Amino acid sequence: MSSVTSSAVESSPPRGAGITRILFPKWRSVLARLAKERSGAGTRILLLVLIGGGFWAGAFGAFYRVLKYLGTTPEIGALLAGKILSMILLAFGSILLLSNLVTALSVFFLAKDLDMLVSAPVDWGRLYVAKLGETLIHSSWMVALMLVPILTAYGVVYDGGPLVPVAAIGALLPFFVLPTVVGSAITLILVNVFPARRTRDLLSLIAIGAVGGVVIFLRVLRPEQLSRPEGFRNLVDFVAELQAPSHPLMPSDWAADAVMNWLQHVGDPLPLLLLWSTAAAFVVLGAALHSRLYPSGYSKAQEGADKYVAGTRWQATLSRALAFLPVTRREFILKDLRVFFRDTTQWSQLILLAVLLIVYVFNIRALPLYTGERVPYMLVTLVVFLNQGLGGFVLAAIAARFIFPSVSLEGRQLWLLKSSPLDLRSMLWSKYWVGTAPLLVVALGITLVTNSILRASPFMMFLSLVTIACFTLAAGSLALSLGVLYPQFDTENAAQIPTSFGGMVFMMASIALLAAIIAIEARPVSAHLAAYQMGEEAPGFTRELWLAVGGVFLVSAAVTLIPLSRSRKRLEALDL
Amino acid sequence: MIQLNELTKRYGKFTAVNGISLEIPTGTLYGLLGPNGAGKTTTMRMIAGILRPTSGTVTVAGYDVVRQPMEAKQRLGFIPDRPFVYDKLTGAEFLRFVAGLYGQSGADVERRIDELLDLFELVPWKNELTEAYSHGMRQKLIISSALVHRPEVIVVDEPMVGLDPKSARLLKDIFRHFVERGGTVLMSTHTLEIAEVMCDRIGIVFGGQVVAAGTMAEIRAQTESGAATLEEVFLKLTGGLNARELSDILGR
Repeated sequence: MSSVTSSAVESSPPRGAGITRILFPKWRSVLARLAKERSGAGTRILLLVLIGGGFWAGAFGAFYRVLKYLGTTPEIGALLAGKILSMILLAFGSILLLSNLVTALSVFFLAKDLDMLVSAPVDWGRLYVAKLGETLIHSSWMVALMLVPILTAYGVVYDGGPLVPVAAIGALLPFFVLPTVVGSAITLILVNVFPARRTRDLLSLIAIGAVGGVVIFLRVLRPEQLSRPEGFRNLVDFVAELQAPSHPLMPSDWAADAVMNWLQHVGDPLPLLLLWSTAAAFVVLGAALHSRLYPSGYSKAQEGADKYVAGTRWQATLSRALAFLPVTRREFILKDLRVFFRDTTQWSQLILLAVLLIVYVFNIRALPLYTGERVPYMLVTLVVFLNQGLGGFVLAAIAARFIFPSVSLEGRQLWLLKSSPLDLRSMLWSKYWVGTAPLLVVALGITLVTNSILRASPFMMFLSLVTIACFTLAAGSLALSLGVLYPQFDTENAAQIPTSFGGMVFMMASIALLAAIIAIEARPVSAHLAAYQMGEEAPGFTRELWLAVGGVFLVSAAVTLIPLSRSRKRLEALDL
Repeated sequence: MIQLNELTKRYGKFTAVNGISLEIPTGTLYGLLGPNGAGKTTTMRMIAGILRPTSGTVTVAGYDVVRQPMEAKQRLGFIPDRPFVYDKLTGAEFLRFVAGLYGQSGADVERRIDELLDLFELVPWKNELTEAYSHGMRQKLIISSALVHRPEVIVVDEPMVGLDPKSARLLKDIFRHFVERGGTVLMSTHTLEIAEVMCDRIGIVFGGQVVAAGTMAEIRAQTESGAATLEEVFLKLTGGLNARELSDILGR
């Protein structure tokens, strides 16, 4: 045996590299990325601090007010607070389970470092724990950040003392571990049944269908009813409902109880014991399953590219329909549509979009406006006006999901586009219309439907349609342009692009645009209402209104054209 | 046909390409050699219009790549070192899309696609998604895509990586025929034997600069290497580990 081999055998422990060694490259990558982003990124950091700080402050303020209000009724206030926390944790737990299913697939089976780790003499148990930790961090960081202001509000209102963070971590860490182990185990089993690429498609469908189910479930459950005790027959029933856990085996209840026990100085260790012992048992069971199924699953994960080519029938028709366009633009649009509809992780998001729209329309229908009494014109007008904001927010969320990532998804193929005589202006406009045209149809559709439900006046219907059309055209451009300014070319998962820093900037920018549009229109709308109150039955379109519509049009046109022009220049200057 | 004039590319304080000047005439197969990190790929990506030079100019068929990109790129076919294609397109769709980027469509393009797929033995895979292709098949598809619009100049970065011997031989023949019919090829490679046999002229890049350029005979004369092989000249110019160092590393 050569000295190289023999010395390696002598110096290596029998179980190979440790967990920290396995995770070392990931940790160093995170540090390197942070260092890279820190250099010359003052504005971005400032923006992040403002956005993050604003969100935290808003969430803290809302929960602080609710908890303070509940505190005024000492008998049931704490029970209600515990119930709310339990419901929040249940919702987060469901999201975490779904998130872990998809994340575990990437981390355990498709990550780039796996070939090296699997071929190295690394103990399977350590590999499992390291990859489980990676899955936990990837899938749970955002939920953990969202819980910070909520738990801070609980800590402040119930005077939990300086050790509240320790108590919260003690309760939430095992709570986060449980869905990670379960999600990883389900993924492991699925990969052993289907090849990994198919599993990813399947998981996307399951995850999105299930998220839709959770959203609809929460909507139909109507948690707001808990705040209306008059719906219950008597106080005893109401308190009994609050005291009964939704299920005695629900970890979200254990975690909520553990936090509330700390806050109320109750010395009951049972919830914590249940959480930690269950988490430990699950990790052991997960490791046992991993040792049995991982080698065969990993091998299967290397197989199975999709050989089925979808969409062969419609493309000839579509190609003929687009025949009026120049060749380059037509082929580009056809390519974008083919790639989108053949990537299950992309089009399956449409299910989520449908759910989002259903919940939105359901919420509008659920508004207690028409309950038999005559509804004041002013109230209807106000609700319709504010509905523009809500509709705009929904549209911005859709644009973030579908339009924002479109340039990032070109990623590794940009060499082809940049080395060809493709006019980048054509490319951007093609992408703009491919994304914005369907969004415009959705925008006008939901505005018509929701305004009809609200029985809006012709005045408000006209104003809403014009406003939402202008906003949609501008938001489409903002999404595409900020996607160029904050590209994510190296991402392995398209679903992570909208939640990146650039995605957050887009959401903030589109909300600011929406606020500006609503502010421009607020004055003529209030003048319209004032005229109505003065006795005019149905005040018409005033000069001020036309000016406001013109203003909205100009702002939207500027927000459409300027960012697209800037992003073209940025794309031209981009070094790949 | 290709002219580089004081071409420079800097990334912050690091200079990847440092004032390279080259002239590659029409009908030449030019080999660009150099160790890893010498600046070959950066140079090629600047010629293809993917990277913008920090200073200096690139001219393809008389058109400045920065000032007249459309005209220059219309005449150029670029083959990168890594075969990234759209996974969710079939081979035929990918080639049709690339032809569309060059403003070409119709029966001529369909015929051309069939010819190229046949040439590279990809016909059975024509209507399969490229995500099912092997590395070598993707490489052949990218080579086809660089030829689909009938370019005048081909810039190719490490063309032989991933190709089986038969395909490698085919590619050599294609490049040779292309040059004989008046085309120009600029090729980077680490396979010195291929460069020595195939290329009319050779440039050796080291530290972002051209340290020797010309025919084999001219390079030998420039470096006073007598009858040395290209490998010996290359190692002389770019340095290399001696036998004792290798032995220390391997621990024998």
